[in-house]
Amino acid sequence: MSEQKINQVQFSAETMELVQRIIKRYPEGKQKSALLPVLHLAQAEFDGWLSAPVMDYVASILSIKPIEVYEVASFYSMYNLEPVGKCLIEVCQTGPCWLRGSDDIVDHLEKKLNIKVGETTADGMFTLKTVECLGSCGTAPMLQCGSDYYENLTTEKVDTLIEKLRGSDQRSTYMKSNMQEI
Amino acid sequence: MARLLEHINVPGIETFDVYRKHGGYKSVEKALKTMTPDEVTEEVKKSGLRGRGGAGFPAGMKWSFLDRKSDKPRYLVCNADESEPGTFKDRYLMEKIPHVLIEGMITSSYALGAKTSYIYVRGEYMYIIRILEKAIQEAHANGFLGKNILGTDYSLELYVQPGGGAYICGEETALLESLEGKRGNPRLKPPFPAVAGLYASPTVVNNVETISAVCSIVNESGDEYAKIGIGKSTGTKLISASGHINKPGVYEIDLGLPVEEFIYSDKYCGGIWKGRKLKAVVAGGSSVPILPADLILKTAKGEPRLMSYESLSDGGFATGTMLGSGGFIVMDETACIVRNLWTFTRFYHHESCGQCSPCREGTGWMEKVLHRIEHGHGHMDDIDLLVDVAKKIEGNTICPLGDAAAWPVASAIRHFREEFEYHVRYPEKVKNPKHFELEPFRSEKVLATV
Amino acid sequence: MAKVTIDGIEVEVADGTTILNAARQIGGEVVPPAMCYYSSLKDTGGKCRVCLVKVTQGSAKDPRPMPKLVASCRTPVMDGMVVQNITSPEVLEARKGVVEFLLINHPLDCPICDQAGECDLQNLAYEHGAGKTRYEEERRTFEKVDIGDKIKLHMTRCILCYRCTFVADQLTNERVHGVLHRGDASEISTYIEKAVENDFSGNMIDVCPVGALTDKTFRFKSRVWFTKPLDAHRNCTKCSGKVVLWTKGDDVLRVSARKDEFGEVKEYICNECRYDHKNMGDWTIEGPRHIDKNSVISQNHYEKIDMQKLKLDIERQIQFQKGKQLPETNQSPA
Repeated sequence: MSEQKINQVQFSAETMELVQRIIKRYPEGKQKSALLPVLHLAQAEFDGWLSAPVMDYVASILSIKPIEVYEVASFYSMYNLEPVGKCLIEVCQTGPCWLRGSDDIVDHLEKKLNIKVGETTADGMFTLKTVECLGSCGTAPMLQCGSDYYENLTTEKVDTLIEKLRGSDQRSTYMKSNMQEI
Repeated sequence: MARLLEHINVPGIETFDVYRKHGGYKSVEKALKTMTPDEVTEEVKKSGLRGRGGAGFPAGMKWSFLDRKSDKPRYLVCNADESEPGTFKDRYLMEKIPHVLIEGMITSSYALGAKTSYIYVRGEYMYIIRILEKAIQEAHANGFLGKNILGTDYSLELYVQPGGGAYICGEETALLESLEGKRGNPRLKPPFPAVAGLYASPTVVNNVETISAVCSIVNESGDEYAKIGIGKSTGTKLISASGHINKPGVYEIDLGLPVEEFIYSDKYCGGIWKGRKLKAVVAGGSSVPILPADLILKTAKGEPRLMSYESLSDGGFATGTMLGSGGFIVMDETACIVRNLWTFTRFYHHESCGQCSPCREGTGWMEKVLHRIEHGHGHMDDIDLLVDVAKKIEGNTICPLGDAAAWPVASAIRHFREEFEYHVRYPEKVKNPKHFELEPFRSEKVLATV
Repeated sequence: MAKVTIDGIEVEVADGTTILNAARQIGGEVVPPAMCYYSSLKDTGGKCRVCLVKVTQGSAKDPRPMPKLVASCRTPVMDGMVVQNITSPEVLEARKGVVEFLLINHPLDCPICDQAGECDLQNLAYEHGAGKTRYEEERRTFEKVDIGDKIKLHMTRCILCYRCTFVADQLTNERVHGVLHRGDASEISTYIEKAVENDFSGNMIDVCPVGALTDKTFRFKSRVWFTKPLDAHRNCTKCSGKVVLWTKGDDVLRVSARKDEFGEVKEYICNECRYDHKNMGDWTIEGPRHIDKNSVISQNHYEKIDMQKLKLDIERQIQFQKGKQLPETNQSPA
C-alpha cells in the first residue's frame, strides 16, 4: 500500500456512488464538508489507514488541495496515518474506565498479544492502542474494535473476544456497511 | 408529563411503528399543523429548558438570538459529539429511542425555519450512526421528512455527519468547522453561530437531550414542562452515572432530586460498590470541580445538596461544583485522586486543538507534572506550580477547553491537597499504581460517615 | 466613529477598529504586543493571547465590563469603551503567563539562531518573561526541514502563530504547507516533501515572529547586529521593489521587506528581489534604515546619532523612572 501511487488508488464503483450521494448532502460548492465521511470510507476501503496517495486521491475527488486533507486527517484521532493490524484494539483509559480497572485490561492484552501499547503483532493481526474517553463510562472497562464496542470487560471476556476476532478483518467495518444501507 | 425515557423498555421502541404507537411524532403534527414557528419557540422559552450539553444556557433564549432577518438559509445542527469523560447519556438515548431525537429535530427545525439540518455524531459512535440513519429512513418513508411534511408546505432534509475523533468538536464553533470539513479549531467570537454559523449562515447548535426534550414541551406546553424540577432548573435531566457504584447507567431524574438519594437509592446508583465508603464525586463530567463526600452530599451551609444547576453550584468553586453535562463519576475510598486527575489532564492534553498558547502548552505541562507526582517523582513545589499553571490557562483561552482543563486541577488540589503531599512525601508507597487499593488514603476530612 | 479610552488615554477611531489598532493609533507603551496578529493578513490573530486586555466598560450604551480578558487584536471597539492594558495587574499577570507558555517548549538557542536581535519572542520575553524557568520537563523537538530551496523550517522554534499559512493562502496561488496534527504535537509542515515554489513564498520568512522560518541564503552568514540595514529599491515588475538590504561592507547579505514600527511588512516583496539581487549595484540606495533605538541592531551605530533626540529620550526615561507624566516625545516614530 505504501508503494501505491495516486493513479492506482481508486474507490470501487459502489463506494464512489456513495461518495457522490454524501456530497449531495451539502449545499452547492460546500463539498469539502464531505471530507470527514469520505476519509472514513477511504480508510475502510484501503486497509485501515490513510497513505499520502489515498489522501491525494480524496483531495482530487472533493476538488480541494491535498494540504487541506493532510491538515484534517492528522487532526482527528480516528484516522490512522500508518498501517494498522487487521483488528485495531482500542482500550479506553480515561478516569471512569480507569476507576473500574482499564489498566488491568491493558496489561492483560499486552501479555496476551505479546506486544506493547502502540505495537502490532508480527502476523499483522492485532494492533493495540489506548484511547481517551469513548463515552462508555457506565459499562467500563471497555474497548472498541472496528465499529463495535465491547463493554463490562473482564480478563476472561477479553480472552474470548481475542479468539473470536483472530482471523477476521475489522478494518472495513467503519462507515461502509452502514452507509450502504442508506 | 412524558419523560424522555418513559418508553425505554417497550420492545421495538427503536422502530418507527412502535414509537409512533406510543405517542411518537405527535409534536411534529401539532407544531406543523396548529402552531407557527414563533409559537413553538415561545413554548421552549416558557419551559425554561436549559442546554443539556454542559453550559446550561437557556435553549429558548438561544433560539431567539437566531438571525431571522438574514436572507441566508438557517441551520439547526444537533451536537451529538458526546465526549466529555463520564458522559454517555446521548449515546444511550440515540441507541434506545432514536426517533425521539429525529422527532425533536423536525419540530425544532420547523421552529427555527431550517430546511436542512445535521446531526453531528462523534465518529466512534459508528453503530449509533447506523441506528440514526435507519430511523431517518423510516421517518422519510412515513412522510415526516422530505418535501411537504404531512401535506404542509414545510420541507426538511436531515443528515447524519460523523466526526473524526476530537473532543473539541463538542464546542459548537469547532463542531461547525468540522462539519465544513476542516480541523476542529474553535472560532473566535463574535460573530456567534446565531449570526454566522454553518457556512456563515445563521445557525443554532443544540445538544441531543435538549432537542429531544422539545417533543414533550410542544406536546404538553412549556408551562407543563416547567412544573417539573426546582426553580430555574426545570424539567428532567439524564444523568450518566459511572465509577465505584453498584448500578452504573443512565438515569432520568427530575431536577431537584437530593444527591444523597441519587447515590444511595436502589432506584439510581444503588450505593457504593463492594460495601465501601464514598470519597469524592465529579458531578457533571470531567471538567467540573471535584467535591469530597461531605460537600457533595451537603452544601457548605449544611443544606442537602440537590441535583440542580443552582444547588450543585452553591458555594461557587470554593465549596460547590456544576451540573455540567450530568456525567456523575463516583469514587470510593480506594480511589487515588491524583491518578484520576492525571487521566483527566492527559485527556485534555490529548484533546487540545493547539490553536491558542495557554491551552496548547499548559495542558501538556500540567499532565507532565501530574505524571511525575503520581509516579513518585514530584516535589512539594509542584503542587503550587499546578495551581498557578491552571490559573494562567483559565479564562485566557479561545474556547472553554482551557477552563475545562484547569478546573479539575484547581479543585482537586483545593479539596485533596493532603493527598498530593502524600505522593511527594512517600514516593515508594505510590509506585504501585494500585497504591490506595492496597491501603486507602485516610483523612478524616474526606471520608463520609454515611 | 467610536471613542475609546485605553489606559486613560482617549482616542477616536473608525467603527469596527479593533482595540489593538486603536491602541496603535495612540502608540507608545499602551500598544499590546502581538505575536500572531498581522494587520495585512486577513483572519490572523486571536491565537497567541499575548495581546489580552481588560475591558472595564463595554460601551457607553452597555457599560458592563467584559467577564474575561479579551484578545485586543480581534475585539472591535465600541463607543465609550474603556480598556486597561499596562494599567491592569491582571493583564500583566496573564501576559506573563502566556509568555511563559510560549517559552516552555521554545529552545534556548538564541546564540545560534538567525532571528536573534530581531525576534519578537526575544523582545517579549525580555519585557514580560521571568528570569528563570519553572519548566523541568523535556522540551518538544522536531527535525529541521527545507521548505523549498530557500527556506529552512526549524519547527522546534515555532510558536504556531499560523501567519505563514495565511501568507501562503493570501499571497500565493497554492498553499502546500499547513498545520498538521493537533495540540502540542501541531506542526507546520508540508507532510510530503514538497517544495514551496511561488514568487511570493519568501514573505513567510518576514512574517515569522521567531526563527522558525529563516532565509537559507542568509543562514549563519552574520549576526544581524553586525549588518547595516539600508533602504533601497529597484524597478520590479512583480512587486514594489522597495526593500531593506542587510549589508556588510559592500556585500548584500540579505534582502527583506520593510517593516513598520509594529514589526509588520506593509509591502510584500517578490522572491526575485529577495534572493536574486545580492549586488549593491542592482539597487538604488535611499539611506540607512531607521531601526528602533532599543533594538540591538541600532547598537551598531550605523545610523548617525541625533544628539538632540537622544538627550530628550534620556530625559524622558529619567522622568518616567520618577513616575512623572510622560512628556510629548513619547510617540513611536511614524
